Amino acid sequence: MTEGGRFPSLHGNRQVQLAIGLAIGIAFGFLLQKGGVSRYDIIMGQLLLVDFTVLKLMFTAIVVGTIGIHAMRAAGLVRLHTWRGPMNGIIAGGLIFGVGFAVLGYCPGGSMAALGQGSLDALFGILGILAGTWIYAVTYPKIVSSFLGKGVPKHDTLPEALGVSPWILIIPLTVLVSGLFWALEMAGY
Amino acid sequence: MPEWSPYLAGAGIGVLSWVAFLLSDKPLGVCTAFAKTAGMIERKWTKGASLERPYWKIVPPGIDWQWMVVLGILIGGFLSAWLSGTFMPDLVPDMFAAAFGNSAAFRILTAILGGLLLGFGARMAGGCTSGNGISGGLQLQITSWTAVVCFFVAGIATAMVLYGVVL
Repeated sequence: MTEGGRFPSLHGNRQVQLAIGLAIGIAFGFLLQKGGVSRYDIIMGQLLLVDFTVLKLMFTAIVVGTIGIHAMRAAGLVRLHTWRGPMNGIIAGGLIFGVGFAVLGYCPGGSMAALGQGSLDALFGILGILAGTWIYAVTYPKIVSSFLGKGVPKHDTLPEALGVSPWILIIPLTVLVSGLFWALEMAGY
Repeated sequence: MPEWSPYLAGAGIGVLSWVAFLLSDKPLGVCTAFAKTAGMIERKWTKGASLERPYWKIVPPGIDWQWMVVLGILIGGFLSAWLSGTFMPDLVPDMFAAAFGNSAAFRILTAILGGLLLGFGARMAGGCTSGNGISGGLQLQITSWTAVVCFFVAGIATAMVLYGVVL
């Protein structure tokens, strides 16, 4: 099956793409800041399970995003950009990320928006992130040849692994997330 | 308005992911741009010699679409705060100060350490809360849902220990 974007000439124009990237980034930063997830107190409130702003924002983005992307894909307007990688490294990296998330109190994208709103501690977080990615680049050959480079799944996505239409997962996910939001609101969060 | 409902902001980010796929044929992400920036700094530092590093062959340092997104996030965060009159330079967040004191040096140290772990972990996990959390999540990618569970399990455990909720 061949599938692809609808606008190859647009996608291939570097200058236009850089401008679109900047515009998307400005909107993204604006929404992160307006949504509160560029604030230390909101991130830590989520990790301490006393404030559920992060969960509400993230799952709304996932549900709205997944419905639109899969609908546009069915219409032939977009293609997916999935990949698979070593699960050992994904799990170890995810846990390391989680520790850093709680120590810094911002996520990487959020730290850029946080610096924009005047949170100067985010600048030091950004310097740390740059150093962390560099350390990964230096140690990369050792990491991929160790046990961390093993355990690549057979499929990219859950619908592929289960051999079902994505909507078989998207519909229950939407219902589940809506129920979770309803329960959070009922419980006063 | 200084703050929007997280549902509204989240829906906006979901729509933004449609725009990124449609107009740029790319998923929203942030972390690779940090790696590329680190690579550009190293390239300047070593006068190009570092480009032999295997990782920079997979992730070539340079300014690209995603790098512009990350630059935009900084501008967007500023515009949002400034337009609603909440822009205010601040070094130690209130909640941090209440728990660990008002020391700027201690906050800077924890921010750098936290950032180091974030940057390293995000590269190993193949993405951060944007690339894995939102883009990988909405594509129902196996590794991304795994990574997101790990982000929050370790994040919640660490926060609970740091804030003395447990241990």
